[in-house]
Amino acid sequence: MLAYAWIIPLLPFLAFWLIVFFGRALPGQGAYVAIGALLIDALFSIGILAQVLGGATYEANLVWAVLGNRTLEVGYQIDPLTAVMLIVVTVVGSLIFIYSVGYMHGDPRYPRFFAYMSLFAASMLTLVLANNLLLLYVGWEGVGLCSYLLIGFWFERPAAARASLKAFVTTRIGDTFMFIGILLIFFTVGTLQFDRIFEAVEAGHLAGPLLTLAALLIFGGAVGKSAQLPLHVWLPDAMEGPTPVSALIHAATMVAAGVYLVARGYLLFFSSPDHTALTVVAWVGGITAFMAATIGIVQDDIKRVMAYSTISQLGYMMLGLGVLGYTSGVFHLMTHAFFKALLFLGAGSVIHAMHTNDMKEMGGLARAMPYTYWTMLVGGLALAGIPPLSGFWSKDEILLEAAHNNQGLFILGLLTAFLTAFYVGRMMFYTFSGTLRSHHAHPHESPAVMTVPLVILAVFAAVIGFVGAPFLGNPFGRFLPFAGAAHGEAGEAALGFDPAVAASSTMVALAGLLAAAVVYYWKWVPSSTLRRIGRPLYILLVRKYYWDEFYRWTVVRPTVWIARQLRVFDLYVIDGAVNAVGTVFVWFARLYRLFDLYVVDGLVNLLGWITGRVGAVLRHVQTGRPQNYLLAIALGVIVLVIGGILR
Amino acid sequence: MGELAAFIVLSLVILIPAVIVVTSRNIVRSALSLVPTFLGVTGFYIMLQAEFVAGIQVLIYAGAITVLILFVIMLTEGGSGVDVRQMNEQVPLGATAALWLAFLILVVLFRTQWPAASGQPPAYNAATIGSAFLSSYVLIFEVTSLVLLLSLIGAIVIARREE
Amino acid sequence: MTVGLTHYLVVSTLLFCLGLYGVLTRRNAVAILMGIELMLNAGNINLVAFNRYVAPGAVNGHVFALVVITLAACEAAVGLALVMAAYRSLETVHVDEINVMKW
Repeated sequence: MLAYAWIIPLLPFLAFWLIVFFGRALPGQGAYVAIGALLIDALFSIGILAQVLGGATYEANLVWAVLGNRTLEVGYQIDPLTAVMLIVVTVVGSLIFIYSVGYMHGDPRYPRFFAYMSLFAASMLTLVLANNLLLLYVGWEGVGLCSYLLIGFWFERPAAARASLKAFVTTRIGDTFMFIGILLIFFTVGTLQFDRIFEAVEAGHLAGPLLTLAALLIFGGAVGKSAQLPLHVWLPDAMEGPTPVSALIHAATMVAAGVYLVARGYLLFFSSPDHTALTVVAWVGGITAFMAATIGIVQDDIKRVMAYSTISQLGYMMLGLGVLGYTSGVFHLMTHAFFKALLFLGAGSVIHAMHTNDMKEMGGLARAMPYTYWTMLVGGLALAGIPPLSGFWSKDEILLEAAHNNQGLFILGLLTAFLTAFYVGRMMFYTFSGTLRSHHAHPHESPAVMTVPLVILAVFAAVIGFVGAPFLGNPFGRFLPFAGAAHGEAGEAALGFDPAVAASSTMVALAGLLAAAVVYYWKWVPSSTLRRIGRPLYILLVRKYYWDEFYRWTVVRPTVWIARQLRVFDLYVIDGAVNAVGTVFVWFARLYRLFDLYVVDGLVNLLGWITGRVGAVLRHVQTGRPQNYLLAIALGVIVLVIGGILR
Repeated sequence: MGELAAFIVLSLVILIPAVIVVTSRNIVRSALSLVPTFLGVTGFYIMLQAEFVAGIQVLIYAGAITVLILFVIMLTEGGSGVDVRQMNEQVPLGATAALWLAFLILVVLFRTQWPAASGQPPAYNAATIGSAFLSSYVLIFEVTSLVLLLSLIGAIVIARREE
Repeated sequence: MTVGLTHYLVVSTLLFCLGLYGVLTRRNAVAILMGIELMLNAGNINLVAFNRYVAPGAVNGHVFALVVITLAACEAAVGLALVMAAYRSLETVHVDEINVMKW
């Protein structure tokens, strides 16, 4: 079965083309084709997981191009990391596709939505299956493109069009760093195949500052795609896209691609001297997690809360990877995919019913939308890290690694967990408790095609954490250890369960929920009071630390100014040169025309004129009178005879 | 000696009327000048011991053809006696051509070595010619008679008045 | 001096050229025919002269000359008939006035 794994990205890719060409004629206007492709992939992935659990791995290669004495290959590999990612992408993806049938119902560009989503799925699966940086980059670019297309799906809205462009340009900056990193690796090591790169690193061909530089450049791409500081600014704006897009791309999968990249290339980061690269990764992740959580607590748009939460949780994953917690980072990626997708889809359900994103207009929806309420409750508690839900297990493991390796980051993680629980509680209380604040909304539960995926995801969000539970022997950890554990330093297998860390993380989460209840449920300390007391801080948070304004002044305006100057240059210099060339050619053409008219035509006319004049003269010989002819004969004979005599 | 004198006289009799034939403004005079020319040629034939041919020459040329020409002159406008221009515009060039041709032929003539004579003329000229016609040259004889017949018929057909 | 072949040939040459002159320069069709007769006669003189001086035992030249005379007669008859017919329809015997077929 592993030998046919190359079919996995191919199915959604085929679905994309079919929907593009035949769209509305297909069953369900293309939706069923997309869902079908991804469901088959999901079954396939489950099969692969079963085989990998049994210890199987696989790799296949095909030579693409030869450059001198280096070759570029495309190929795929199946190992535990790939198997986990395949499950995440296909299972969560299938559920979101099914949900979209209800959410996108009636949209004029309904088939195009599923086409784009299928293309995204194909790109993401390519990315995950790739066994070399080149093919991974292909998938990387593909998901970036689909993100652009899907954020701007409702492109008539100017905000959506701007947001999609912002997303693309910001991630492009990250991609450029990544590309330089790829080139650095290629020219140092001579190959882009992961296994051979790792061999080279272990053999010392790529080491020292150069290795750190390469690792950090690669990390640059992850910073862009996973919305870490300072390239995080695109993710909140990306919420302009349809909610299933936010769920799939900007919560569960694409943003996780950065985390996957660091995990896949972990040996690069691990082998940099003094773990410099990993330290950078961890601190970037930690600061991002904390900062995003602070912004999340003042957002009124339900999707924005979730967006900043995603940024924060991605920071958590980076933190986990950075403190030598390879397994914990990937574990959290998996659990986060399920409960964040659940939360987004639930938010979509609420938006669908309320026709607004603004939480200030909601309230008391628990009674009107029970399925949505209970599933979102499960998701929210998982996000906050309340045991025994999945989020607790993964977050706890990260905190465990952090406590072991870097106390500063541990404290930062705890604070972030507090804030996470706080904004989860805030969101839940605003949306579902109390009474409905809006006067013209008539909320009702969403159709089954939307609520059933919610329920399925809630089940996953609840129980998936147990695969990493220590008291069950941490099967996940044994499944996905870091191969470099043999080096003796990173050994979370050596780390058992630390009750102190678990207790502190649970306390912190409960404290956060309690604080949220104090402000938003029992309203003992109303939020207006808090806002008044900490007004400067509040302004700072609402303005998102002025990141967007900073970028506008330092990056956007100079770029636009340069573009204007270049336009002038293009218009007058380049176009001028082209027009000048054209004018010169026209002059030549005119000269040539003169030449043609007087010389060439003149010659031809001359010939004609000569013929005419000669003819006019000679025709007088043809008198029609035999006596003249006879005279001519006689004269001719005379000439011939003279010639004969003289000879 | 006498032969030479006869030759010279006959030459003059041939050539001077010939000049008149080709230059006279009076067409009848031209026609009549043919007669001495033909008769002079007859004299030449006799000097050349070709009696039969001489006889035929007189009969046909001086007799039939000259009369025929005169008939036609009379029947066409030439017989009216009106003085019209007889020479066309080619006179200078024609004269040049004729003179040059004469000159050149004479040059060739005098340069060539003519073969010498051998043998005696036959005793009976006419009989010899007659038997030659009916033996070696019978085909020519027959064809010529055919041509005579055809031209006879042809002339009648062409010249008859359309009724 | 005896009369030789050359003498006769000279005379016939002159006669021939006179006849040619007549053919080239006369306007009257009958006059042209007369010129032709002169040329034919010159040819006959040549034939008979050569017979006498080169091969007197044979009669080839005589036969040839007789045939020429005969054919000259035929040709004169037909030619003059043509002149008659032309005069009847075209009212002229001057060849430079007969240009019906010319453009």
